[in-house]
Amino acid sequence: MTTALLDVRHLVKEFPARGARWRSGARVRAVDDVSFSIEEGETFGLVGESGSGKTTTGRCILRLITPTSGEVRFRGEDVLAASRTRMRELRREMQIVFQDPHSSLNPRMRVGAIVEEPLVIHAVGDRAARRARVEELFRVVGLDAGAMRRYPREFSGGQRQRIGLARALALKPSFVVADEPVSALDVSVQAQVLNLLMDLQQHLRLTYLFIAHDLRLVEKICDRVAVMYRGRLVELGDTASIFAAATHPYTKALLSAIPVPDPDRRGSRIAPGADAGTAPLREVSRGHWAAV
Amino acid sequence: MRAVDDVSFTIRPGETVSLVGESGCGKSVTALSVMRLVQPPGRIMAGRITFDGRNLLGVSERAMRAVRGARIALIFQEPTSALNPVFRVGDQVAETLVVHRQASGRQAHARAIELLEAVRIREPATVARAYPHQLSGGMRQRVLIAMALACRPSLVIADEPTTALDVTIQAEILDLLREMKAEYQLALLLITHDLGVVAEIADRVLVMYAGRIVEAAAVRTIFAAAAHPYTRALLASVRGRAEGRHLPAIEGVVPDMSALPPGCAFAPRCPSRIPPCHVEAPGEIALAAGNSVRCHLYSPDASAAGPAPHPSVGPESRFGAEPVDFGRGDR
Repeated sequence: MTTALLDVRHLVKEFPARGARWRSGARVRAVDDVSFSIEEGETFGLVGESGSGKTTTGRCILRLITPTSGEVRFRGEDVLAASRTRMRELRREMQIVFQDPHSSLNPRMRVGAIVEEPLVIHAVGDRAARRARVEELFRVVGLDAGAMRRYPREFSGGQRQRIGLARALALKPSFVVADEPVSALDVSVQAQVLNLLMDLQQHLRLTYLFIAHDLRLVEKICDRVAVMYRGRLVELGDTASIFAAATHPYTKALLSAIPVPDPDRRGSRIAPGADAGTAPLREVSRGHWAAV
Repeated sequence: MRAVDDVSFTIRPGETVSLVGESGCGKSVTALSVMRLVQPPGRIMAGRITFDGRNLLGVSERAMRAVRGARIALIFQEPTSALNPVFRVGDQVAETLVVHRQASGRQAHARAIELLEAVRIREPATVARAYPHQLSGGMRQRVLIAMALACRPSLVIADEPTTALDVTIQAEILDLLREMKAEYQLALLLITHDLGVVAEIADRVLVMYAGRIVEAAAVRTIFAAAAHPYTRALLASVRGRAEGRHLPAIEGVVPDMSALPPGCAFAPRCPSRIPPCHVEAPGEIALAAGNSVRCHLYSPDASAAGPAPHPSVGPESRFGAEPVDFGRGDR
């Protein structure tokens, strides 16, 4: 067994409850005792509906927000205990691609400068070297280097997502959190960007945490999948195993709700149960865990 | 710029027609045109929209107001922005009835609660007193459906009604739309980019690309024997599995509507393009009853390079009388 690249243990993130009186101390657990690990080179899918805590989990792992408790280890190192200086170094290894290619790029910066910014912040090379690196990155994500002097608004959604990806790759990370990277894109462009993500994974030996609500995409590209519901992991396993033998009632409901592109198989759905229960995860078959 | 170009289709009473396409293809503009809600400087340049035997492009604005919301209702994609945040949802549902049915406030309010109940909202009286922000996305969409049904319209246009919703909620809303269709004998024009949604609910499908309808067919025909290369590519990207870690993708980008290529707008991305595609825009070619395509591969003089002839499909399912006709809606 290889050591995990990323190991998340008992992660908890609480926020002040919405609508609660100030200082009343009421809290809501957005992430509730979540544990999983991701192997080097793997694409690990984290799925769930809006509000399930999947995005919060991704941000806690990168320490973009501070978890309430729990442990995140990257190559065995405790990320949450890292000093400011050490965290800066770790950030070169761990990057993120955001969902919305419209709001995640500064509209007043030229896209070349956007991609170069991480290199400037981390003082990588001189100007000429950085420029060469940016040109290389543009080529890597399938954009014309001549586009560097243009502004984000001049690009389509798919192209903007490529720019976001180039920025994420600038520091040669080994781990990328892709938070709904294609959900804002047109269907015909989604596959292009996913193919790019997979090509890059192969060439640059990347490991992905792929956060998504669209199970159809997850099925296509992830090696393993974890299903989140109301802040908890309810099922985790190999993609094929999850899709063929979903065990948790919520996973079953989620799978049955996917609209099937076949008019002869209409409306055969399972309603999600009122309560997911709080059973701990147990292994139902080899490598396949469910909270039942 | 032509956002919608020479679009013709009909919807029969009780029928669900799905208008499929990607962002910017003109599907929403088509819907707004039917309602005569295209915002200036946009305008309808030419065409005819026949509803119940009357050309809607010829009637007065006053007459149009009596149609809008009462005879033809619209459900928007964003339930959040379609509701007024400062009014209780019950009052917003009631407002439609006060405007169109001259109902008294009390009558309208009682009817609003019935409508909320009809769209399967539990505790409708409580929900009626809520403000939009207090409701979930799915609940808000139910409220919008209740509003749309308030005056018993004969046609509902739903623009991406489930796109902003989670997949389980989306399934519930599709179920609800199906039930409402049967109960109210609605004709439904459903605009979506999701072929999964189309398969769930449509009787007939219109595929739109760059402002034109490139394929029209019964839902089963689309899924079993799509003719247009764009439709096929869309289906492949929905159904396709990674082959050696590669997903079937449509190369290139959606064209800029203000700088369309000559010939067929899909040609630059089309895997089956032939020389005429870059020269002349293909006309509509009938393949079978109710099944047409705009593609040179199917023109009689296309060379043997074209694909195998389209399998003919059986006669379309029976529809009621009095078709709603949206003729030649250029803009």
